[in-house]
Amino acid sequence: MAVEVRTPLDAAKVKLDFPILGKPVYGKPLVYLDSANSAQKPRAVIDRISEVYESGYANVHRGVYHLGVVATDAYEGARDKVAAFLNAPSRREVVFTRQATEALNLVAYAYGRAHVGPGDHIVTTELEHHSNLVPWWYLAQSTGASIHYLRITEQGELDPESLEALAHLEEVKIVAVAEVSNALGTLNDVSALARWAHDRGAVLVVDGAQAAPHRPVDVQALGCDFYAISGHKMCGPGAGALWGRAELLEQMQPFLTGGEMISSVSLERTTWNEIPWKFEAGTPAIAECIGLGAAVDYLQSVGMEAIEAHEQMLVRYGHDLLGSIPGVTLFGPPPERRAGILTFNVADIHPHDVAQVLDADAICVRAGHHCAQPVVDHFGVAATTRASVYLYNTTADLDRLAEGIERVKRTFGV
Amino acid sequence: MDDFYRENILDHYRNPRNHGHLDAPTATAEGVNPLCGDELRVELDVDEGIVRDVRFNGRGCAISQAAASMISDVVKGKTVDEVAALGRDDVLEELGIPLTPIRLKCALLSVSVLKVALGRTPGEDREIQWRSE
Repeated sequence: MAVEVRTPLDAAKVKLDFPILGKPVYGKPLVYLDSANSAQKPRAVIDRISEVYESGYANVHRGVYHLGVVATDAYEGARDKVAAFLNAPSRREVVFTRQATEALNLVAYAYGRAHVGPGDHIVTTELEHHSNLVPWWYLAQSTGASIHYLRITEQGELDPESLEALAHLEEVKIVAVAEVSNALGTLNDVSALARWAHDRGAVLVVDGAQAAPHRPVDVQALGCDFYAISGHKMCGPGAGALWGRAELLEQMQPFLTGGEMISSVSLERTTWNEIPWKFEAGTPAIAECIGLGAAVDYLQSVGMEAIEAHEQMLVRYGHDLLGSIPGVTLFGPPPERRAGILTFNVADIHPHDVAQVLDADAICVRAGHHCAQPVVDHFGVAATTRASVYLYNTTADLDRLAEGIERVKRTFGV
Repeated sequence: MDDFYRENILDHYRNPRNHGHLDAPTATAEGVNPLCGDELRVELDVDEGIVRDVRFNGRGCAISQAAASMISDVVKGKTVDEVAALGRDDVLEELGIPLTPIRLKCALLSVSVLKVALGRTPGEDREIQWRSE
């Protein structure tokens, strides 16, 4: 499904916004193809964080004094930006966390533990990042519930037959899925899974860590009940967020307790703060959350549709380019049905060795199982190499990757 | 890069020494590095506290397999205590190149598997998964 934009993104110009991308490594221009792991940060975000510490820092929600007001306005203003970014119906539904991992754990503990027990079912997939797999597995272990995994096809897409096979299950309480697979770039039909979940009275939890940085997200249109994002993957610092439906967040017990998330405390009883603050215990990562807001502003100034279209162009280019190199095996769906991720092997050379040779050319890729061991196991390999693109990558980056792969082959005599 | 994958490393990777199985090993162990899937199995013939013979086999990255091959020659004829005392410095000396922490784990797998086979604790290698017999 091609996304059309009137003004394509100028990646060479965008690259100039990112200071680290202009710094050579081993005397060579850096080729950063690991944004699926973590993204680089633009000057605007770096400067905003410094600005907080240089002239706008104090603790939030408490200060009577001017700096406290400045910091609180900036922090809560960042919450508004994230809410708008996700098209959340209300700012009260956005909880700041460290990243998607913490957001997903929050749901597992504060929603899962109260709603899941023996005889209940949790459904997730074998395609998930460990952060959207382990919390559900652990929840099932801890509560006596059963957990089921949707399987993937040879092309790395969710197999509709494996969903059919679970159609008979009653007492499904939680369905958890990634909107975009970090391991293969697979795009999952979240809306269809939301309907499937809701037909059974279950909630749909979506891991948006790999989606939100790269394409427009509308949690209302998706129909999900919870959506987790990681700021560090979207050109932001170490802050993330959980979006959750207000009626769910309101009935949930807290996750972490302590200061800030309370309304009143005495030795006899404690009452909780309103949402979203009920889930934000202690002093938050103030500058980081404000930085996340700046990252949202930056991405929106480039345009999420433009970013998505740019990555589609790059992934088609890269898929053709790598696929034409003898000995390279690509994993996952065809380029028109995947996000900006290219997972591959080079003959039987171990991905660690592939990544090591590429490093000598200042090319950054990831090697291993990408926090998705079940996916790698599914394809019967020990590990894979993964290159991922973002708004600051160009076709020249992919050309360098291809040249690097040829060097890998020469080094190992393949 | 040609410096990293020097001839000796590639040679040991492609033609690993002491590769295969012993007919009647007195000690064996297997280890897997779950981060990347490197696997090594070691079989030892230990007699009166001395390692008489050793075989490695496994699959994985060039560093893990080459290190195993290099170390296998080193341990023959050594006492159990001497083998148990082997560490990162010995492996690095054999490989002849500096290694980042991630690749060091690959290199140390062979040393760790040896120690486990000899009934000693592997030490630095918390993330290695063990299957002993």
